[in-house]
Amino acid sequence: MSSPTYTNGHGSPDAARATLRGDADQPELPSGGGGVLGSIVEGVKGLISSRIPPADLDERDPDYIRESLPRLWLLASLYFRGEVRGLGNVPEEGGVLLVGNHSGGNLTPDTIVFTLAFSTYFGVERVFHQLAHNLVLSFPGLSYLRKYGTVAASPDNARTALEAGAAVLVYPGGDYEVHRPSWQRHRVDFGGRKGFIRLALDQDVPIVPVVAAGGQETALFLSRGESLASALGLDRLFRLKVLPLSLALPWGLNIGDMLGHIPLPAKITVEALPPIHLREEFGPDPDVDEIYDHIMRLMQDTLEALAAERRFPVIG
Amino acid sequence: MRLGECIEINAPPALVWEAVTDPSRYLHFMSGVTRWSVEDAQDAGPARLGARYRMLLRVGSAEVGGLIEIVEDKPERDLAWNSVTGVDQRGRWRIREREDGGSKVELRLQYGVAGSGVFGWIAEHLAARTVRDHLQRSLRQLKRQVEHEQLRAAAAERRAARAG
Repeated sequence: MSSPTYTNGHGSPDAARATLRGDADQPELPSGGGGVLGSIVEGVKGLISSRIPPADLDERDPDYIRESLPRLWLLASLYFRGEVRGLGNVPEEGGVLLVGNHSGGNLTPDTIVFTLAFSTYFGVERVFHQLAHNLVLSFPGLSYLRKYGTVAASPDNARTALEAGAAVLVYPGGDYEVHRPSWQRHRVDFGGRKGFIRLALDQDVPIVPVVAAGGQETALFLSRGESLASALGLDRLFRLKVLPLSLALPWGLNIGDMLGHIPLPAKITVEALPPIHLREEFGPDPDVDEIYDHIMRLMQDTLEALAAERRFPVIG
Repeated sequence: MRLGECIEINAPPALVWEAVTDPSRYLHFMSGVTRWSVEDAQDAGPARLGARYRMLLRVGSAEVGGLIEIVEDKPERDLAWNSVTGVDQRGRWRIREREDGGSKVELRLQYGVAGSGVFGWIAEHLAARTVRDHLQRSLRQLKRQVEHEQLRAAAAERRAARAG
């Protein structure tokens, strides 16, 4: 999920992991100490905090989703030529944690394609939430995401949604994965984030890995810019670990991707894998690291198989 | 968007009716249909008024459909359904007997999403070609299945007559 500022529509896994551990409910910004710098940081913190809407699972609006399906269909079918397989692997009812790899910078076509497919396959009546950082929902122009069921990545929201029998989509790799260089496009990289496994174990729900290919071909992603973010002190001031660099329309050199970009019409292929019932497969007291390695291996194998089907970059 | 396609089948309406009212056969002859399952075990038999099915049709990048309910059931003539959930749809099998004993079969499908505005209108029209292809192919497959079934039945009768 995205970092507090560099939103990709799905929140920050760091924040999600922290909140799932119960460490924090909102992303923390450093106080910045005293003086002018401290005042500026406090001011920015206050400004951001004031824009954060209270999370509410009831904000999901099935009628709105239903009426927007044709719009999503046009985008997913004509522009991205989306193809989603294996939705039959998602349990028909009950809570389920959908764990996806994430691509495409701050505009994530895999989410558009999958949301459409899920909503038409199961119907908008099936409750489907996506975990995202609260700042995503407060970003100008993105508040409509709440109507799709996007909720803040907090332990309470995740637990409430799963207990209500909802399908919950999480992208553990978040900003770290979504800004990986394009030449690593066929690599699943969660950056070691395992909070989703603890969530699934706590709620005793199956995990369905969702693997997507093609998203990292919607621009030429050059670098996460971790060193740049560090050199500029962004990590210290705002806990921003990345300042991504890419070549993207219409900007050319795109630093930060804060305003998004026009994605190239890359073919997006998504495959949902069979559900993993953690305690059935890994015993009553499963090892989180073992589960993580297992899921990563399954998803990496699948991504490589999807990648092998692609004959040309972008076109697919 | 309302689409309709017709085909002539060289078999009596009763045989066609048997095929289109059997939910277990839809995946065999309906093109693009990825799911046609009974919602309630008691609806596993021939379709009847009030029976509900969950159906999906692949159009573009999505499988669209939802829960449908049989709203008209005139044996060997008309079988119609409406959507209960999912994309709005009305479908109809219209079977009429020809003078030579064969059947004229029409499959109609009306679909859309109420309230989706201009994007809905565009999507409906762009999807029409795919949906029409599915309807035409479904009718051709239905014709082949029903006529082959009739041929097999006729051959079995001949064999029985010879044996007798």
